[in-house]
Amino acid sequence: MSKHLIVLGAGTAGTMAANRLRRALPASWSVTVVDRDDEHLYQPGLLLLPFGTYRPEQLVRSRHAFVADGIELLAGEVDRVDATARTVHLSDGRELAYDLLVIASGTSPRPDQTPGMLGPLWRQSIFDFYTLDGAVALRDALARFDRGRLVVHVTDMPIKCPVAPLEFTFLAESWLRARELRDTVELVYVTPLPGAFTKPIASERLGRLLEERKIAVEPDFLVESVDPEAKELVSYDERRVAFDLLVTVPLNMGADFVARSGLGNELNHVPVDKGTLQSKAFPNIFAVGDAADLPTSKAGSVAHFAVDVLVENVVAVSEGRPPTARFDGHANCFIESGDGKALLIDFNYDTEPLPGTYPLPGIGPLRLLTESRANHVGKLAFRWVYWNVLLPGRPMPLPSHMTMAGKKPPAPQKATTAQM
Amino acid sequence: MPVTTIDGHTVDVDPEGFLTEYAEWDEELAEALAAQIGISLTDEHWKAIRFLRQDYADQGETATLRRISTVGGIPIKSLFALFPQKPAKKLAYVAGLPKPHGCV
Repeated sequence: MSKHLIVLGAGTAGTMAANRLRRALPASWSVTVVDRDDEHLYQPGLLLLPFGTYRPEQLVRSRHAFVADGIELLAGEVDRVDATARTVHLSDGRELAYDLLVIASGTSPRPDQTPGMLGPLWRQSIFDFYTLDGAVALRDALARFDRGRLVVHVTDMPIKCPVAPLEFTFLAESWLRARELRDTVELVYVTPLPGAFTKPIASERLGRLLEERKIAVEPDFLVESVDPEAKELVSYDERRVAFDLLVTVPLNMGADFVARSGLGNELNHVPVDKGTLQSKAFPNIFAVGDAADLPTSKAGSVAHFAVDVLVENVVAVSEGRPPTARFDGHANCFIESGDGKALLIDFNYDTEPLPGTYPLPGIGPLRLLTESRANHVGKLAFRWVYWNVLLPGRPMPLPSHMTMAGKKPPAPQKATTAQM
Repeated sequence: MPVTTIDGHTVDVDPEGFLTEYAEWDEELAEALAAQIGISLTDEHWKAIRFLRQDYADQGETATLRRISTVGGIPIKSLFALFPQKPAKKLAYVAGLPKPHGCV
């Protein structure tokens, strides 16, 4: 008898998962992928689009081009998943029965969740860059901007690509300098975190780069609302940050159908076992990529490394065995730092980003947590790798588990009393 | 992991002073932990602390401010008033739990 695997979402994680699972599962299994449209967006490109590095049409391709033969790509909006009946309901009334379900519907910016953000200033003085429309509108606004306060802001964690707002800040600083506008623009980075980044060593290094570039940091700032009249961000503890141009990262939430299906947490991300990626509620449901509630970065590299584990575990469950492959939370991110340079970080659940070389110990060619031109070239080259190697699920010459080779661990810390 | 003594209680802590053993916490210790960061606990504080303890027991993760607000029903605004400046960190510290994982 034939069995059915359904993947919800044909983005980075869903496409890789479907392609790899099609090869791993026997022909008695059908593989269906559902997405609402046929536009696959190269999301890492959105960061560079406002600075004119890419044109919009370079970042979008047909989803069909990346979904392998033998997989059905279905256009449709998911209304809800009935996990007890093992059925996906589409909003046009179609019903799809499944034996195994992979949720890969990502996470999205939700400016509607912060009062005042979507008011009269939206796309006039307030911009996001995690959507194609937003990045294009921001490109046009930057071209007109020549003086005042440019504020880069993160609403709350987790967000996808958590280093992107920092990268945007470095790129904006470099871009303003090149146009001889740096002296008339004040740059401020506003974050809910206590510093530039989440992990101590990276935060210290990135914080130093912000300081060198005279970018002010407003830490521990959790926004409650935007005051459109005063053009100010207002925090829960009643601090105010004024802006002329605000580049914000709105609250990130998983797909609404996840909430309607009762499968999500308070941000509509799917609670899964952080090792096996299996739903904590239903053993025949898995989540991968940004849709999952994993305590690691929401990033394409994480999705890529996690898919290795997902494939092994989905195949195990399809054969009636328990899932035994364990994901280590491995993430690997380029951080653009302006002036044609970038840093690279490589970390997992247990090991924070450390300095060193990657992927070859002592050789590189990429340098961890240190600015270099090679890292920037690596980032640009990645677009080709993404379309041609990553999405089709071809083998990458990188191990999915993080390795300590090439990394310089810090000296062990002594216990201290709480510093708050 | 290091061991320290707080108000007569011997407990395991991480380098930042957060308790690492769920079972080593009790309500008396919470009063002592709160005093260390200049907070004296009221009923409102206790409501947040008890939610955080219970949610950790159920979920295995320290709740974020957003979760305490949407699931626990305590507005984020109140949490900032109760545990000023760094409510997520302070609340986890007093409740004897790891820092919330939201920050990655």
